[in-house]
Amino acid sequence: MTRKQKRLAVILGGVSFITVAVLLVMFAFSQSVAYFFMPADIAQTEIRPGTRIRLGGLVAEGSVKRGQGSTVSFTVTDGKGNVPVTYTGILPDLFREGQGVVTEGAFDASHAFVADSVLAKHDETYMPKDVADRLKKEGVWEDGKATAKGAGMPVAQGVVRQ
Amino acid sequence: MIIEIGHYALVLALATALIVSVMPMIGARRGDMAMMTLATTGSLALFALVLMSFGALTWAYVVSDFSVVNVWENSHSLMPLIYKFSGVWGNHEGSMMLWLLILCLFSAMVALFGRNLPETLKANVLAVQALIASAFLFFILLTSNPFLRLDPAPAEGQDLNPVLQDLGLAIHPPLLYLGYVGFSVCFSFAVAALIEGRIDAAWARWVRPWTLAAWTFLTAGIAMGSYWAYYELGWGGWWFWDPVENASFMPWLAGTALLHSALVMEKREALKIWTVLLAIITFSLSLLGTFLVRSGVLTSVHSFATDPTRGIFILCILAIFIGGAFTLFAWRAPSLKSGGLFAPISREGALVLNNLILTVATGTVLTGTLYPLVLETLTGEKISVGAPFFNMTFGLLMLPLLVAVPFGPLLAWKRGDLLGALQRLYLVAGLSLVAGLVFFYIYNGGPILSIFGLALGFWGMFGAVADLWYRGNFGKVKLGVAFRRLSGLPRSTFGTALAHFGLGVTVLGIFAATTFGTETVTEMKPGASVDAGGYTLTFDGMREAAGPNYTESRGHFTVKRGSVSVAETWSSKRLYTARRMPTTEAGILSFGASQLYVSLGDPMADGGIVVRIWWKPFILCIWGGALVMMFAGFVSLSDRRLRVGAPSRKAKAAKVVKPGLEAAE
Repeated sequence: MTRKQKRLAVILGGVSFITVAVLLVMFAFSQSVAYFFMPADIAQTEIRPGTRIRLGGLVAEGSVKRGQGSTVSFTVTDGKGNVPVTYTGILPDLFREGQGVVTEGAFDASHAFVADSVLAKHDETYMPKDVADRLKKEGVWEDGKATAKGAGMPVAQGVVRQ
Repeated sequence: MIIEIGHYALVLALATALIVSVMPMIGARRGDMAMMTLATTGSLALFALVLMSFGALTWAYVVSDFSVVNVWENSHSLMPLIYKFSGVWGNHEGSMMLWLLILCLFSAMVALFGRNLPETLKANVLAVQALIASAFLFFILLTSNPFLRLDPAPAEGQDLNPVLQDLGLAIHPPLLYLGYVGFSVCFSFAVAALIEGRIDAAWARWVRPWTLAAWTFLTAGIAMGSYWAYYELGWGGWWFWDPVENASFMPWLAGTALLHSALVMEKREALKIWTVLLAIITFSLSLLGTFLVRSGVLTSVHSFATDPTRGIFILCILAIFIGGAFTLFAWRAPSLKSGGLFAPISREGALVLNNLILTVATGTVLTGTLYPLVLETLTGEKISVGAPFFNMTFGLLMLPLLVAVPFGPLLAWKRGDLLGALQRLYLVAGLSLVAGLVFFYIYNGGPILSIFGLALGFWGMFGAVADLWYRGNFGKVKLGVAFRRLSGLPRSTFGTALAHFGLGVTVLGIFAATTFGTETVTEMKPGASVDAGGYTLTFDGMREAAGPNYTESRGHFTVKRGSVSVAETWSSKRLYTARRMPTTEAGILSFGASQLYVSLGDPMADGGIVVRIWWKPFILCIWGGALVMMFAGFVSLSDRRLRVGAPSRKAKAAKVVKPGLEAAE
């Protein structure tokens, strides 16, 4: 091989590797990215059974029911719509009725939402960001509410943070 | 009073940093010796001032001075002393202080140990370092001042986030920062080289020890963070592809590429411009990581505050430094003399392949991390990019690199012999495949393809051993002669072999744990038992207990193998009283490199409790491999001292980090 051919081979190799990577990234995005929905959106958009989505909202008061073994069912609400969810596994420490939650999973053939993960972060006042943004916009929930629930928080807090 | 002194020292530090970032650079242009030496004294003074300021903040934590807002928000008088120390950086302000302290520590070390650097280069490097320091000093003083007072002072603090009340917090952030702030030195060297418009093999020789030191600490920091998340969060996972994890992983990937390309530059004077670019990219990724974590654009356990002014401020710092460096690069790089060409099949060719794969892999992680943010900003649509995306892209792209690793060290510089390397690795490939098969057979279960995954791990390990084997010429000469040859090899050779061996161990751990691991979620009543990984786990009952600042209900489990009792463990759910925050403390038992992981769920109405049990075979290999890599970094660093012509003091520089770290704590 001449010098020129060698260089060409190296460049071709590099470019093809990068091309493969780009195609792979695009394919992976089309396959494994989960869109975020709130119960109100679900009523409006058709989501095919089996499509992975993230469903966020508040856990409706009085909706948490324990089934067989570690199966739990609850309702996710945003004040406008309700979606019943079933989940098998251990709920996060901060899962509570009236609190924000994000679940990931898919609708089954009978249009029931089966979650395979329930996310809640480790902060007592935590509200999942996606959920908080939407609920704040719709006036269902505001910043101070979750804080007020935590006992022992001095009233001064709001002032100090300014 | 001490608090005010700390605050004042920080303001003085800003003034010093501004002087050091301007004067030596002018001096270097004019050839003014006095102005250039100002860089050395200035950087040392800067470090002293920041250390003083950090000390003042630490003092406030140790004596629980709740008149300081930062201490009141993040500490509690009943908290154990160790957490009072580590609590200093367990919040936004303190963590920025630690960032700054480590940046200044690195500047001071360059000032101290860079005596044999050319004066102008040293002046420019320290000036760039001081410029970064001034940006962050401005940031801390204007948006995240840890020294604000509270009047009247509350009697009790709000406690540190319980998840952070762990030994992990004492070790993980300092190590991580030593790593990713350490890359600032490479960045400063690159910018200084661009300013001077001159770059050669000597430059690579000066930069490499710093890269190696930063890389070593970052490796340790990431591994530590991963283990901490694994045992503390109670989810049983060791890597979540969380944006915050990616923020530290991207500089690691780019830094690994830099480590290898600097080698080519040092030995062959090639890839010069690429290496400079890579140095800039690596630290830019560190800055990006700081932005992602500190600005609160991601909601995660790592973002302590969501204050938009902070986000915009860091974004500006990011834009100025990254934009500035790339502009400088675009302007000056064409004037740098580029290195020669080389054959594709050679050591340098293999290192180019390494760089290609690592940078492309970094690119995919970057895309996956930023895409949701960009999409939300542009269209308002919210998506989540999780593990499946990264496994598919990053995982697949890294496979060819893992296959190629053992070839690299066996190829000669300039002109390698691929056929020769293949012949030498035949046996290694066969052995790895057999080992993979045997492993799979013993632990049977899981997809057949995982045999190749396991074999890949063994391939990395055996390949590293083969490298040393052939270098010592074992099997061809007498054993004594071979050992003598081996001991005559430079330490960096052992460093390479060890690092590649460690990589193999980690890969093996990843494949073994994912292939053969089991997970059981079940409801248990006292006396009930569950089988996992050949062990029988019996639930004995719950008990209430209390710690210094929490109460917990914990379950006792006995583990039996056959009918013999081999171990016992507690797994608990804690409630931290000050914040009314529940946490899960998993019960973890190690059997060799494998672990049983028991995590408690909610109690049931009929007296039972939901229990989640994982069997994680060979999971410890994942972090064990990282430890080997870290050790390899130190071995390689110790080599520098012995080298003639290389700046011998650099090796010590890396060691000095340790006392510095203790001081920081």
